[in-house]
Amino acid sequence: MSRWLNPLLVALLAAAAFISLHAGTVWLSPALVGSALFAPQTDLPALIVLEIRLPRLILAISIGASLGLSGAVLQGLLRNPLAEPGLLGVTSGASLGAVIAIYFGFAGAFSLATPLFALTGAFLTGMIALLLARSGGTLSLILTGVAIGSITSALVMLALNLAPNPYAAYEIMTWLMGSLTDRSWDHVALALPFILPGLALLLLTGRALDALALGEVQAESLGIRVSHIRLMALSGTAFSVGAATAIAGSVGFVGLMAPHVVRPLVGHEPGRVLLPAMLAGALIVTLADLATRTLVLGGAPLNIGVFTSLIGTPFFLWLVLYIRRRTA
Amino acid sequence: MSALTLDRVDVARGGRTILDAISLSFAAGRLTAVIGPNGAGKSTMLDVAAGLRTPDSGSVWLGEEDFAAIGRRALARRRAYLPQRAAVEWPISVERVVALGLTPTLPAFGPLPEEMLPAIDDALIACDLVALRDRAATSLSGGELARAMLARAIVGDPELLIVDEPTAGLDPRHALDAMRRLRDRAQSGRTVVVAIHDLDLALNHADDIVAICDGRLIAAGPRDAVVDEAMLGALYDVRVRLSRDAEGFSVRFMGDAA
Repeated sequence: MSRWLNPLLVALLAAAAFISLHAGTVWLSPALVGSALFAPQTDLPALIVLEIRLPRLILAISIGASLGLSGAVLQGLLRNPLAEPGLLGVTSGASLGAVIAIYFGFAGAFSLATPLFALTGAFLTGMIALLLARSGGTLSLILTGVAIGSITSALVMLALNLAPNPYAAYEIMTWLMGSLTDRSWDHVALALPFILPGLALLLLTGRALDALALGEVQAESLGIRVSHIRLMALSGTAFSVGAATAIAGSVGFVGLMAPHVVRPLVGHEPGRVLLPAMLAGALIVTLADLATRTLVLGGAPLNIGVFTSLIGTPFFLWLVLYIRRRTA
Repeated sequence: MSALTLDRVDVARGGRTILDAISLSFAAGRLTAVIGPNGAGKSTMLDVAAGLRTPDSGSVWLGEEDFAAIGRRALARRRAYLPQRAAVEWPISVERVVALGLTPTLPAFGPLPEEMLPAIDDALIACDLVALRDRAATSLSGGELARAMLARAIVGDPELLIVDEPTAGLDPRHALDAMRRLRDRAQSGRTVVVAIHDLDLALNHADDIVAICDGRLIAAGPRDAVVDEAMLGALYDVRVRLSRDAEGFSVRFMGDAA
């Protein structure tokens, strides 16, 4: 099973990507999509495919990959099945940056203001978490992340509380729910230079995460520098998830779910979870994006963060019950 | 094979002296038991001896080489260390847990190289784990887990093996079994160091005894030369009756020192 897992996930992802280019408000035939992709044209189907759906698909895949992979790395590093990227405060840092951009009107001034501010917020919170937790161990890293996350969430709430007008409050709420609507190649160009190196950093931790299954002391005795691995995991998460959140807003639960879906299929080895978790994350976000485009409840389109949380929360409950049963 | 030598090692933590000018040598091909009361500095000394903690002053030598010059990965290949209550955090199969002992020799990516599989098989056989190789490590009993951890430690055939409390939490049969396997390692020429509270096991299975108390070396040397009632009494601050017959040593503690 485990030998076929990665090829299977790649095939599923390719299928989801294929459908994603065809489906939406305007359904296109494979012939139209094919000619739009491979024979440059300027008609409406070509515009829809090249300027709307393709950048959106690339963003969905890279955002899902970031969330799934960093979730797997953090669960392995912290040896805690409940760890997820949001735990380190990077996600809420990005939210705060975006909220500042919307609140003070920068978002209206130029279109990339929101993601740029969000990116800055993510990196700043990641750096603060790292500096504060540098000398301490894993527990202090979690606690620092939770504390930073709480402060930034409180500031986001403050901004909502004092919002200058209902429109700003609405815009902040929409951003917090996560969305891939109206994302363009500009967003791709902004996100990928951070997401790709972030993913590379995270993938390099595999061997060390395996050794960490024996605990930090035995990992050190096997030649692993645990402090370096912590630094790689945190900066990889800040880069990839920071950029992902900056583009799409908060997309919850993917980082928690994706590693757990694949973990039993690779014999629970933390290092071997990484690649399938990355693919599963990409698959989940691509499917969620597809669902938000095609499912319309009561006239309004669903936001992707709402959708992933809707399927994520029952999963989370199941996880808690499952762990309780296993440890009881 | 090479002896492990500590040369005037000092360790302090938060202004408190943990180890005070410890100088001693652990001989190759011998099983050395480190004994002493709780808080004597046994675990800290093992950490220093394993190269996991750099002493505040003094140096540690493996054969003719200073630890500081050996390098982290090279040291990891030559020395194995098992902490107290070693455990596995995910339900990984026993075989893969044992394979983790080869981490310092693995390439950065990819599956386990074919040529390493025989070493894993040998370690599984040596520790009676063949029937358990596909079991999840989190579902093992205490004795089985101790065997799996020992197999993980010896799979790379390290010349130096350091184990903190190998028999804690084991029943008598499994404790004896663990000591026998450690003896086997020593007999094949490796340097084996264990910290141990069970004096009966220590005295009957170790070649050399190292006694420390309050961070200072009380005694070190071959068991028969070092161990007597006066030394043990002073070490633990209780009256001790030590008897010896054809079966070996037995130790009785008689209550507070008068």
